[in-house]
Amino acid sequence: MGDFRKTGKGVIDTQQPVSFTFDGKSYSGFKGDTLASALLANGVHLMGRSFKYHRPRGPVGAGFEEPNALVTVTRGKGRMTPNLRATAIEIYEGMMASSQNRWPGLGFDIGAFNNTFSAFFPAGFYNKTFMWPKSFWDKVYEPFIRNMAGLGPAPTEVDPDVYGAVYGHCDILIIGSGPAGLAAALAAAKKDQRVILVDENVNMGGSLIGAGHVSIDEKSASDWVAKALKDLNKADNVVLMTRTSAIGYYHDNFVALAERLTDYIPEAQIGKTREKLHRIRAGKVILAQGAIERPLVFNGNDKPGVMLTSAAQTFLNKYGVAVGKEVAVFTAHDSAYSAAFELADSNVRIAAIIDAREGVSAELISAAEGRGIDVHIGSVISKTGGKKRVRSVEVYEPVHNTQKTIACDALLMSGGWTPSLHLWSQSKGSIKWDEAKGVYLPDLANENCVCIGSCNGDFGIKAALDAGSKAGGGRKVYKTDEPVFGSGQVFDHLPNYIKPSKTKAFVDFQNDVTDKDIKLAVREGFKSIEHVKRYTTNGMATDQGKLSNLNALEIAAKALGKQAPQVGLTTFRPPYTPTTFGTFCGYRTDDLFEVTRKTAIDPWAEAQGAVFEPVGIWRRAWYFPKAGEDMHAAVARECKATRDSLGIFDASTLGKIEVVGPDAAKFMNIMYTNPWSKLGVGACRYGLMLGENGYIYDDGVVGRIAEDRFHVTTTTGGAPRVYRHMEDYLQTEFPELDVWLTSTTEQWSVIALNGPNARKLIEPFVEGIDLSPEAFPHMNVREGKICGVPTRLFRVSFSGELGFEINVPSHYGRAVWETLFAAGEQFDITPYGTETMHVLRAEKGFIIIGQDTDGTVTPQDAGMSWIVSKKKKDFVGKRSLQRSDLVAEGRKQLIGLLTDDPKTVLEEGAHIVADPDQSIPMDMLGHVTSSYWSESLGKSIAMALVKDGFNRMGDDLYIPMEGGVTHKAKVVKPVFYDPKGERLNVV
Amino acid sequence: MMLIHCPYCDEKRPEIEFAYAGEAHIVRPNAAEQQAMDDVEWSKFMFIRDNKRGEHCERWWHANGCNMYFNAVRNTVTDKFIKSYKIGQKRPSAAQIQKWKDQANG
Repeated sequence: MGDFRKTGKGVIDTQQPVSFTFDGKSYSGFKGDTLASALLANGVHLMGRSFKYHRPRGPVGAGFEEPNALVTVTRGKGRMTPNLRATAIEIYEGMMASSQNRWPGLGFDIGAFNNTFSAFFPAGFYNKTFMWPKSFWDKVYEPFIRNMAGLGPAPTEVDPDVYGAVYGHCDILIIGSGPAGLAAALAAAKKDQRVILVDENVNMGGSLIGAGHVSIDEKSASDWVAKALKDLNKADNVVLMTRTSAIGYYHDNFVALAERLTDYIPEAQIGKTREKLHRIRAGKVILAQGAIERPLVFNGNDKPGVMLTSAAQTFLNKYGVAVGKEVAVFTAHDSAYSAAFELADSNVRIAAIIDAREGVSAELISAAEGRGIDVHIGSVISKTGGKKRVRSVEVYEPVHNTQKTIACDALLMSGGWTPSLHLWSQSKGSIKWDEAKGVYLPDLANENCVCIGSCNGDFGIKAALDAGSKAGGGRKVYKTDEPVFGSGQVFDHLPNYIKPSKTKAFVDFQNDVTDKDIKLAVREGFKSIEHVKRYTTNGMATDQGKLSNLNALEIAAKALGKQAPQVGLTTFRPPYTPTTFGTFCGYRTDDLFEVTRKTAIDPWAEAQGAVFEPVGIWRRAWYFPKAGEDMHAAVARECKATRDSLGIFDASTLGKIEVVGPDAAKFMNIMYTNPWSKLGVGACRYGLMLGENGYIYDDGVVGRIAEDRFHVTTTTGGAPRVYRHMEDYLQTEFPELDVWLTSTTEQWSVIALNGPNARKLIEPFVEGIDLSPEAFPHMNVREGKICGVPTRLFRVSFSGELGFEINVPSHYGRAVWETLFAAGEQFDITPYGTETMHVLRAEKGFIIIGQDTDGTVTPQDAGMSWIVSKKKKDFVGKRSLQRSDLVAEGRKQLIGLLTDDPKTVLEEGAHIVADPDQSIPMDMLGHVTSSYWSESLGKSIAMALVKDGFNRMGDDLYIPMEGGVTHKAKVVKPVFYDPKGERLNVV
Repeated sequence: MMLIHCPYCDEKRPEIEFAYAGEAHIVRPNAAEQQAMDDVEWSKFMFIRDNKRGEHCERWWHANGCNMYFNAVRNTVTDKFIKSYKIGQKRPSAAQIQKWKDQANG
């Protein structure tokens, strides 16, 4: 333990100390610290345990690419967030963070025995080991694996936070605010264009933050950044967004941004939107996402204290934290030297620079020696010492086969740079291999998008600034004073004298994938990099391979005997960085999760204590229980009341389409199986609609309001697709017909009155319509007034009783309903719901589309041949009805079933067989489509689709159920109640 | 989310306003033609589609917009629209599609 804070460095606010806890222990940092920088300042490197081997781990990176330092932050009920990168979360007063994947504690972890036996856990271990017996899969193996290998536990409580979502538009969207992004924004700001500049970090400036050794246009880097941000803030055409990650790049420059709004403020101040998803449509996208340093793959490269050179540089420049007191540097790239010199110039002792390359510029070597730093050229690290923190490195020089141990408390590694091409690749921009730089670079754009700066391979600050200016539409040439970026060498293999079986060189830190695992995968026959990835799980951790993918590619390519570009990269997929589910959900939770469609009468039903059921996105009253009634009792009472006297039902959800125009009847003739030309004005007809494939598509009663006007009704759930179906034929096959279609579902409230007293109830309220049976017979429609408001009054029945469907403009629906309900007291008027409606219609054998039909039922199958016109030359589905399969013997046909025991109500969906004693699997004849207890008949009734059903009238069939019970039922015609239809004509 | 050009609105609108409606330029036979077709011919009209890899003429419906059906050429590999056009216009020739592409690329 010790203080690793360097005064005079960093952009933290040392006037504002912040205390927080990690694994229950209190620490102190400063405002502006990340959890990682604050812990490192306290000398804490051990922050987590790895996924598979439970190896002790510390941060490798200093930002969003971090694979190791994953923590859980808890801030009260429901506010527990696992798997946060300690390097990316800001500390706040009272923050409570804890490490993950360890038990009983981070220092002593039982699971670490996996490490001891790691030779038994190679790539594909789980696939190979946990195979048999099958019964162990979910009972034994899965709980075991989940327990041993894993990340933080998922939260179990409801998230109390609020999330937002907004759309945005701009001419230029710039992602990344390092030198390239800032220069692009400055140039674009001068044009008359709307600019959005986003950065995932707290501060803009990227690598320029705290870069004291760099000057731009004669200013220090920090002064230049401050001036740039001041100018951009002043420009009213520029929006700056920090703490905002661009997580996905979609078609036509549609980019998703996740903005973090409250995670960095103390608990007491929470209450605002936690995160917001911005969906941005941009004219042009400028990607300035920089490059991520690549780790080196060597034995023992995962100990706490081993990290990227650039990470150490960031911790120093941004947070004023030295990652050690005696730091070794292992590199294959020139850029590590300047980072080492910066540390040395801040009084951090550099124990040695170990350079894997043979040829290193004399200038760099002498600059190192000038600072008293030993440089070991052509050398590698063969092993590292220390358990929970690196304590030493062994430097191995292959040429002379010598080893030397050097003490250190941190080890920096630099394997070169990987341009960040994640979003570019998501945009489907192509990439090409750059042999000289040993990196993939952007090639051809698929969208109006450019990559600039180091993500385009333009390394160095001046290169980034100039590219930025150009991309933003400017021509500025910057003058900088900066260390030479230099070049590096890519190694697919670092030599070691220790036998491979005794080494562990990690490629993917979080998922514990070693170089040996990748080689093993290739040996076992995995040739595609996508398969290698899935078999080894390399690149599948929460960092999505930001550090590991290129190293894995090099190793796999070498093992395959190919060049890297021949092997190719794995696919980049959104999100770029782990994103909370809350951000994706936005405000669509609870009541806003799904729109609930309600009728105008719905509030009345709710006040009456109705039980509701969802029908499509509608909610409909299911039944109206009285005190002490269950559903069965309520439905039995509602059915009886309706048949005996009067029932009232809200049918407003019925789909309604107004078909209007001189050719309306012609169009109806095409769309429905039956004829419409001769239907008189004021008459109604039941219509059956087929798909072009000949199967029943929808049905409903249609009233002719005028010569050129039909009031079409559809099923509740079918309304949108019927409308689409009609529009499709009208616009594309019969555009010559002069017809207009209007969806009027929402315009009408529909009150269905059924029962012998229906006419008596409405008589006093109706004006302008003669209700006498002679003047207004069944299946007619009249226009007039009811309760003083205009109505289309239908005399129709879906129950078999005398029935009216009162259509009134929606906003009058509830008033008319309440007036009729009050007046109906004399008839013991009974409100009923969809369940009673279903029973009443089933008693009459009326079908429900989608319940008694399933998209493979023809009118003949449903016993409705009578509705298919033989005279019409054409209607949708006509030709298909003649297809050999549709006229063949042995089709399933709709029949009725009466159970042997009248009290047995069959289960809907139950399978039907002819012989219950046959062996399993039985020969299935069909299934029960509708089944109810009929109070009116005192027995159960059912409808079923049964093979050759029409030829089985009077036969006994069997319905075997789970548990060995078999029901017996007789095949009958599916009209159970009042087959002659006499009740329709009650006077 | 894609932007799709509706030839009736003459505007590019977000994908969520539209619904896909299958392959274009499949003409429904009239009553006489239907009766002259045997089951194999009829099943080809009903069910057999090109499922083309590359430039594909297809129908779209501006469902949450102007309510019009229209046709479009879209590349099924790149998922890019080359051109949308009104119902009634003939299937574009390969040369016409190339011309549209050249125009789009300036």
